[in-house]
Amino acid sequence: MRPNLKLARIGRECVACGCCASVCPRQAIRIAGGVIARVDPALCVGCGKCAAVCPAAVITIEAREVQA
Amino acid sequence: MKQKHWYDYLWIGELAYLVLGLFNILFAWLGMLFFTIPLLVALFGGSKAYCNRYCGRGQLLNLLGKKLSRNQPPPRFLRSRWFRYGFLTFFMVMFGRMLYQTYQVFAGMPLRQAVTLLWVFRLPWQWPDVSMASPWAAQYAYGVFSIMLTSTLLGFVTMLLFRPRSWCVYCPMGTMTQGICQLKHRKEDLVHGDGAESPADR
Ligand code: SF4
Ligand code: SF4
Ligand code: SF4
Repeated sequence: MRPNLKLARIGRECVACGCCASVCPRQAIRIAGGVIARVDPALCVGCGKCAAVCPAAVITIEAREVQA
Repeated sequence: MKQKHWYDYLWIGELAYLVLGLFNILFAWLGMLFFTIPLLVALFGGSKAYCNRYCGRGQLLNLLGKKLSRNQPPPRFLRSRWFRYGFLTFFMVMFGRMLYQTYQVFAGMPLRQAVTLLWVFRLPWQWPDVSMASPWAAQYAYGVFSIMLTSTLLGFVTMLLFRPRSWCVYCPMGTMTQGICQLKHRKEDLVHGDGAESPADR
């Protein structure tokens, strides 16, 4: 069903700068409580734009787990 | 293209600050805004909205980085806790030293009319006379401007070497505001008792 098989994943060392959220074309990222970025899996299409700008390089684009 | 908002132009303020300070050091006092606003937002708003949206410095680094950055991921240590908090500590010590120098001038020592880069190098620049202000106010302005220029320089170098906003990884204001938010939300978790979705998860 889903064409997007990939998903952005935020590492724990995120500094909550918000660079990722400002480039995400799907507005899939919010900075939860000023502490860490969170990706909404329902919106993310795995394009990797966020990972390319993250100054801390803590975002990885991973294959989605198959949903039961 | 994403729609532009008024706050997308705050980088102009940052640039103006750096230029104005060169012409009259007393403008450096405006730098207090860059210290206090993010802290107040974190303390009362519990967010890093300042970093996420309103920081002119971050925007400026982003703009310059589009053309100039090598766009390489920074070394791991840059984002490590010990480096970020270590740099914050170092910064606070230097801030304290600057306050002490201000106090010394307040107490009668002569004004040191110098802006130092990286805490050591004296900037070769003749600042216009500011004798209309009290000496301590001028001394403080020199101190604040030294900090602002030094951090701009560090930000610029890491912008070139790594990614545009690499400075934001170890920016003392960014570390402090994130730290405050962490403490704040931990407390809220305790109060509301729903540790189920702690922001550090995922
Ligand atoms: S991978 Fe693309 S869609 Fe997903 S969060 Fe990152 S920028 Fe947004
Ligand atoms: S760009 Fe990277 S460090 Fe900044 S908020 Fe996003 S994931 Fe965190
Ligand atoms: S981390 Fe520092 S430079 Fe970056 S957006 Fe926040 S306050 Fe501005």
